[in-house]
Amino acid sequence: MNDGVEQTRGLSVLDRPNSYIGKTVPRPNLDRLMQGRGLYVSDMTLPRMVHVVFLRSPHAHAKILNIDSVAAKAMPGVIAVVTGRELADVITPWIGVLTHLKGLKSAPQHAIAIDRVCWQGEAVAAIVATSRALAEDAAEQMSVDYEELTPVTNMRTALDAETPVIHPDLGDNLAFERNLDAGAIDKAFADSDEVVEAEFVFGRHTGVTLEPRAVLADWNAGEARLTIYQGTQAPHMVQNISAKHLGLEEAQVRVVCKDVGGSFGIKVHIYADEMATYALSKLLRRPVKFVADRVESFSTDIHARDHVCKGRIGVNKDGTITGFEIDDLTGIGPYSMYPRTSAIEANQVVNLVGGPYTTPNYRARTRVVFQNKNVTCQYRGVGHPIACSITEVLVDLAARAIGMDPIEIRRRNLVADDAYPCASPSGMKFEALSHHASIDRLLSIMDYDALRAEQAELRKQGIYRGIGIASFVEVTNPAAAFYGVGGARISSQDGVTVRLDATGSVVCQTSITEQGQGSESLTAQIVGSVLGVSMSRVRVILGDTDNTPYGGGTWASRGAGIGGEAALQSAKALRKNILDVAAAILQAKPGDLDIVENSVVDLVGGQQRIEMHELARIVYFRPDTLPPGFQAELMATRHFVPREYPFAFTNGVQASWLEVDPNTGFITLLKHWVVEDCGTIINPQLVDEQIRGGVVQGLGAALYEHCIYDERGQLTNANMADYLVPMSGEMPDISIGHVVSPTMESELGAKGAGEAGTAGAAACVANAVNDALAPFGATVTEIPLTPRLILTALGTI
Amino acid sequence: MTAPVAVSLTVNGERIDAQVLPRLNLADFLREHLGLTGTHVGCEHGVCGACTVRVDGDIVRACLLLAVQTHNASVETIEGLSDSGEVADLQAAFCNRNALQCGYCTPGMLMAAQDLLRQNAAPDRAQIREHLSGNYCRCTGYHAIIDAVEATALARRGEQP
Amino acid sequence: MKASAFSYIRPTTIDDALALLAQYGEQAKVLSGGQSLMPALNLRLSAPEWLVDIGGLSDLRTIAVSRGLLRIGALARHVDVLKSADVAEHAPLLADAMVHVAHPAIRNKGTMGGNLAHADPASEMPACMIALDAVIVVRSRAGERRLQARDFFIGIYETALAAEELLVAVEIPVANQNSVRFFHEYARRNGDYAIVGLAASATLDGGSFADLRLGFFAVGDRPLLATAARHLIGRPVTAAMLAEAQAALEAELDPQEDQQAPVAMRKHLARQLLALCVATLLGRADLEARRSA
Repeated sequence: MNDGVEQTRGLSVLDRPNSYIGKTVPRPNLDRLMQGRGLYVSDMTLPRMVHVVFLRSPHAHAKILNIDSVAAKAMPGVIAVVTGRELADVITPWIGVLTHLKGLKSAPQHAIAIDRVCWQGEAVAAIVATSRALAEDAAEQMSVDYEELTPVTNMRTALDAETPVIHPDLGDNLAFERNLDAGAIDKAFADSDEVVEAEFVFGRHTGVTLEPRAVLADWNAGEARLTIYQGTQAPHMVQNISAKHLGLEEAQVRVVCKDVGGSFGIKVHIYADEMATYALSKLLRRPVKFVADRVESFSTDIHARDHVCKGRIGVNKDGTITGFEIDDLTGIGPYSMYPRTSAIEANQVVNLVGGPYTTPNYRARTRVVFQNKNVTCQYRGVGHPIACSITEVLVDLAARAIGMDPIEIRRRNLVADDAYPCASPSGMKFEALSHHASIDRLLSIMDYDALRAEQAELRKQGIYRGIGIASFVEVTNPAAAFYGVGGARISSQDGVTVRLDATGSVVCQTSITEQGQGSESLTAQIVGSVLGVSMSRVRVILGDTDNTPYGGGTWASRGAGIGGEAALQSAKALRKNILDVAAAILQAKPGDLDIVENSVVDLVGGQQRIEMHELARIVYFRPDTLPPGFQAELMATRHFVPREYPFAFTNGVQASWLEVDPNTGFITLLKHWVVEDCGTIINPQLVDEQIRGGVVQGLGAALYEHCIYDERGQLTNANMADYLVPMSGEMPDISIGHVVSPTMESELGAKGAGEAGTAGAAACVANAVNDALAPFGATVTEIPLTPRLILTALGTI
Repeated sequence: MTAPVAVSLTVNGERIDAQVLPRLNLADFLREHLGLTGTHVGCEHGVCGACTVRVDGDIVRACLLLAVQTHNASVETIEGLSDSGEVADLQAAFCNRNALQCGYCTPGMLMAAQDLLRQNAAPDRAQIREHLSGNYCRCTGYHAIIDAVEATALARRGEQP
Repeated sequence: MKASAFSYIRPTTIDDALALLAQYGEQAKVLSGGQSLMPALNLRLSAPEWLVDIGGLSDLRTIAVSRGLLRIGALARHVDVLKSADVAEHAPLLADAMVHVAHPAIRNKGTMGGNLAHADPASEMPACMIALDAVIVVRSRAGERRLQARDFFIGIYETALAAEELLVAVEIPVANQNSVRFFHEYARRNGDYAIVGLAASATLDGGSFADLRLGFFAVGDRPLLATAARHLIGRPVTAAMLAEAQAALEAELDPQEDQQAPVAMRKHLARQLLALCVATLLGRADLEARRSA
């Protein structure tokens, strides 16, 4: 299914004999997971461990008048029942704002609600018992008196004068607003042959990681130290924030992250119930475990999207796009999530709309409002699927308005491949993108012309198929611009330590984490390649704040580009040290030596001089034989963060081929293609599977996934029978192609690939559906694209 | 009378005698009482497939079966199928194809895939997709899993891909 | 998400089971395959004091044919029905429908009796039973009752089964050589409950229906044996007759609105299904009336 990978640039330290770079090699340690011998937090037990269940508010908005826990405390197995007021003595509240998002405001949030609950599912008490079942039994005996308050559930009226203000101290329900006006949009539209507009609706959905959020907190009163076992993407962030709010020094907290059953941005935030679990362990002086059940996951894992956006595009008859304008509105729940905030998605929408195109005229407004629903925050592809759908559906509507093929209008307007570096109207700096090469590649792998012919032929038979195209830009490798500049203690740099041990094997500690993306593999591939040792001799340690360098972790598609470069630089440093040792032993010049296949060899001729294990033996056990004054250093650490570009933008294009049944409104996905450019490819298979997984997450949002709230703020489908996730039966095969434009910010040249699939999937499906429905004159601009929506668009119902 | 009930069963060929509370489901019994944590819990209401195990030769959802119902039954989990080598080739195919990322669905997915291959030596991609359609994977997008199962079927038939 | 505590008992004879049901009445739930009950228990939507596990009543597993009746024991699993040669020969509609019931791991545990007694209005089997004119056999200590399937289902998760009664079998008249059947459902994903579905059984007389039984499901609080079929019987079907039948069908449907579909959509899809069914059974593509631009 894959076509060849083109490497357009030789890699000095990586382009070596037996390099693993650019090669598909199996990920290390998969056997453990395949044999059921992984260690997920939900699998762990500790001596004296107890389980916490949170009693959660049944109301979207209510005052807590009284909590009666007498009966619950008397239930078998119950260790403690703790209210928010009691826990507030152990852990302080927080406010999820960042200073670079000017004007962003939020209210203090407690680990457990104290006086008031602000969404259905917010914790009002913790019940700690010897088993989850017993804790649930006791939870049923809790009695809470609520006074219901009017919930704010409709984002469209959240700012109206007659709508109650959720946090009166904040003055209104507006959390954040951003306005952008670039170029001269009014004149551009006035001069355009056509101006097309549409209103887009993006339903709320959520991550549905197969392993729910899970944490096991172990306060050791004897050591005055808290060990947190958690499936998190950012161990150092958890360490810093938990310490801060528990009144501990950072050194008093260790965060350990073993296997993680999926993350996708869901597990990169600080959740109130997780904070409560840390605090309960400290309070009760014993290990406390919290594993969200599936219903809790739906009502408390961060949600995403939930945008309504009016969009306009101007176009001339020759196909020139003259400008974009958007007016976006999003509801984020009652609080801005901590510490990354809930304004980032809206901000990204403003940043990314129109991104692939040349027009300088762009006006945008986004407003972020509070509501009494679960909080939203960053989830895979933050803002991308929204921006891409708005942009690409508008481009298709513009093409239709002037009777131009969707490919042709893109060719005429996408930024030329030789126009970089350049900036977008929203100020995004693009180092090197390849929209046109990507489209060329796409047309070739999907055989666009043949598909169009087939479509026309089938249409005569009453079969309605559609082709949808979506070009996109993707934000990866974020530097401090994302969070650090706004005051968040979230590291944007990563570090790797590499050590040659006494048997000639390599131990590598990295601050990036693994949730299945292949962090371990890419680190071992890079280190093995640079050092000249076999991958099987490289062991990678990650996910432990005691045992890895300080760093950001794995999120926002930064593992390969940032963590990978740190691995490369640390391996280079160790390689130099090894060659210095070898030169001392061999009485040679370091520059005349090389390391190939676990041995030091002559650079010229390749003659083997000394095996690595022998070199290590001498260093560790017979240092007396080394020249006087020579100290071997077989361990090296390097860190990396991009400095010139705040983000490494990537790009790509997706296509969908699907069939719509106009009788039933059902959509059948037939085939999907992606061409993307993530720079240097370390492991083509890992990149392809990141993209495929991301596409299906995007397809889930496009067709199925929806957190449905009623007007009272009740989540009505918080289970997997009613919240539909994409399953194998309906998903298409996905072909992937690549264009390679490495970033010059790093020696490695890798950019991220984790958002690409999700970024464009919904957009190209929407375009394909509209293409299929074109003969009926129907258009849909809302996701999920349900049969109900299609039949409504067709006027059937 | 919600007291524990005595059960005897075999798990991965090993005789187990235990006292279990009636409400304990098989997934929790395997994980918490026997330490067989390869059977994962994803939804606890029978939708996600992560807890798929074999009981008397048939795949079932361990979260939808009480431990007491397995009295006198033969239960097989991913640990058992791994140790016996029954799914070694399927696991190798998953590895070669990177048909797992976080690995949480993988034990259940392997169980379901092996169930298909025991019933149908030559499934096409649509049949594979259908048989696995009760097993949720958030990471892979399924394509690689379908490839791995297809490749295993081919190899078991002695055919080249 | 853990079940509430309950007591468990596993009778080994039907008489013992009936005695237990008589004793515990509404306090007890019957555990058959458990594929609907267990999620309800885990979610604490159901918290019975007693669970009477009838899984040991091996007499109830049998699928057999005698005297023109296919008898399926209550404990016959979905997979048993799916693979039964008797079912394939005498009631192939059940096998057609069964592949749409959930997923293999569920079909390996779920039972016919459990499915019917659960009476989910969106479930396939109850509709098949009314389409096949099945008799539901229930037993209590007072004796056996035999109910027409269409009288058995009386509401959402509601049947004519009393608390002390056990559904023991279904009996289906075997298909004759002029019997034809149709099954189709509109479900979002493989194995999902249908938005609307139709299980139909018919007898053909040349190019006409001598008999037509239309079992719609997910169109109301119980499976519906559509009387609209009478518009289509006894003479060659015309487009006008079909339209009449569709109108009659729409009038007798009382679907619920839910997250998948409003009332109008269910009615529309039911009409579609009726046309598809008639066109398929009669081999008359002209009646399908597919929408085109």
